[in-house]
Amino acid sequence: MATENSTAVKDFKDYKQATPTKKKVVKVVLFIITFIMFLLTMFPFFIVIINSAKSSLEIITEPILMPENWGNLIKNVVEIWNKPSLRYPSSVLTSVIITVISLLTISLFSSMAAWVLVRTKTKTSTFIFMLFIIGLIIPFQVVMFPLVALFRNIYLATGIKMLRTYYGMIFAYIGFGTPLSVFLFHGFIKSVPMALEEAATIDGCSKPRVFFNMIVPVLKPIFVTVLILNGIWIWNDFLLPSLILGVGQEIQTIPLAIRAFAGSFVKKWDLIMTTVLMAAIPVIIGFLFGQKHIIKGMVAGTIK
Amino acid sequence: MNRYTKNKIVFWLFVAPALIAFIVVVIIPFFMGIYYSMTDWSAIAGEETTFIGLANYKEMFSDVAFRYSFLRTFLFTLFSVISVNIVSLMLALLVTRESKFRNIFRAGFFVPNLIGGLVLGYIWQFIFKSIVPSMGTVFNIPALENLLILAEPNLTLLGVIMAFTWQYAGYIMMIYVAALMNVPQDLVEASQIDGANFWNRLRNIIVPMIAPAFTVTTFLTLVNSFKQFDIIIALTSGGPATLYGDQVVNSTELLAVHIYNVAFTYNRMAEGQARAIIFFLVLSIVSLAQVYYNKKKEVEM
Repeated sequence: MATENSTAVKDFKDYKQATPTKKKVVKVVLFIITFIMFLLTMFPFFIVIINSAKSSLEIITEPILMPENWGNLIKNVVEIWNKPSLRYPSSVLTSVIITVISLLTISLFSSMAAWVLVRTKTKTSTFIFMLFIIGLIIPFQVVMFPLVALFRNIYLATGIKMLRTYYGMIFAYIGFGTPLSVFLFHGFIKSVPMALEEAATIDGCSKPRVFFNMIVPVLKPIFVTVLILNGIWIWNDFLLPSLILGVGQEIQTIPLAIRAFAGSFVKKWDLIMTTVLMAAIPVIIGFLFGQKHIIKGMVAGTIK
Repeated sequence: MNRYTKNKIVFWLFVAPALIAFIVVVIIPFFMGIYYSMTDWSAIAGEETTFIGLANYKEMFSDVAFRYSFLRTFLFTLFSVISVNIVSLMLALLVTRESKFRNIFRAGFFVPNLIGGLVLGYIWQFIFKSIVPSMGTVFNIPALENLLILAEPNLTLLGVIMAFTWQYAGYIMMIYVAALMNVPQDLVEASQIDGANFWNRLRNIIVPMIAPAFTVTTFLTLVNSFKQFDIIIALTSGGPATLYGDQVVNSTELLAVHIYNVAFTYNRMAEGQARAIIFFLVLSIVSLAQVYYNKKKEVEM
């Protein structure tokens, strides 16, 4: 007993004595490791930036040296911007239109559905919610071929063109985006107390008004999560738009434009790097502005 | 109109927009897909589709390319899960320490996650093809100078794992960070006073305390590496070709890419669809088994 006690005291003394210098050394070493990892993570971005400012000859002979003339960066950006085969400005516009409208509709429709699904306790309501949950585990690969066939059949039967149109693309995003969004809203609304809604209903407020005036403001944090998760996915998505819109067709998003450009090009790496840079910059700027919300929202979205 | 019917109308009005889109885009194609996988469907307008039972499924298992693709997908998934989780846990431990630059580091590690798989694939193709040999020249390392990562099957798979880890580790790190913040500080301090070194602390306190996070992170990395498509399309297009048995196969043509190629490149739609169904079944079983196993472990810890 006594010996145990004394070793414990000795350990404690060791700990106390060892701390000041040892702790400092550990701290510096760990900082250096972190910093090296940080540099490694940033390295690909660095490569993209320096090579966006190179001529087609320079990028072949010395890809890891600093560019001879940073002015080339502007030259390359202008060239990409004006390249008819890439249609960069219109691709940005298309990406913005599709992402924004999809986000607005997904978050509106999902929150509406989730609210009535939480507040209505019937078998139908439970069944519909379960259906959405099943949608969460169906991988895209299982439905992609039949989806294209179905969209084509809708056109043959009704004349509504679902393939290669904005609304067809957005409709597809609503379909794929709702399961996770409904699930997230559902989880959040469950924790919102019903008392206020009930009081408002008794006062004669119509249900839609209760939703838009009272519920929507309360849902703000979960709206942020839903918008960010869907936003990053839709903005960067390649496979779905390649099937619905097609690569090299009239309507193309940024990933489709990059695919059409970089896929067909015979190693014009200077221009490919500039394109990559121009595709990444809007997202990174957006991230720098909303960093705190984005990280919080994305983590919240997965843990639930 | 009484209140009951009114509520019912509101219910359907509110559910309908999301539900209709979801049913048309996911549920109907899902059942169509099951049917198509048992036909000789060609997706060519005007061509008859006949029911052929399980012929597509039988054909698939005798296809060497499919078996090989399965094997490579398992290999890729296994190493990606290990690599992403080790790197991200390490980063998470580093960025939860007291430091002025903590937030900058966190943001920096997270940024690659914002870059889409396609763009990222082209960046890494350039790094592997141009930067690595060029570094060999500049620093005078002949081994690096002649290293053609995207020409050797296993090195290429390793390259894809690297690119995927670069993209995904920062995201998984954030989940670990959130879990680490919930580890009670007094527990950690008590262990320090008791003389526990870092490894003891990690094994006996930190890992058990963040066990629920492991379930989530393993699930996410597993599902996302199993479904990997964009990075491969841009980085390797499935190549390079290699021999498996006596048949030529594509060494990084993982299942998602394989399904796509069977259907579109070789124009065998129904066969591609049957493979997609198997892909779905295997992914569901593996991921459910993983969650079940991890949940059991959580309790034991």
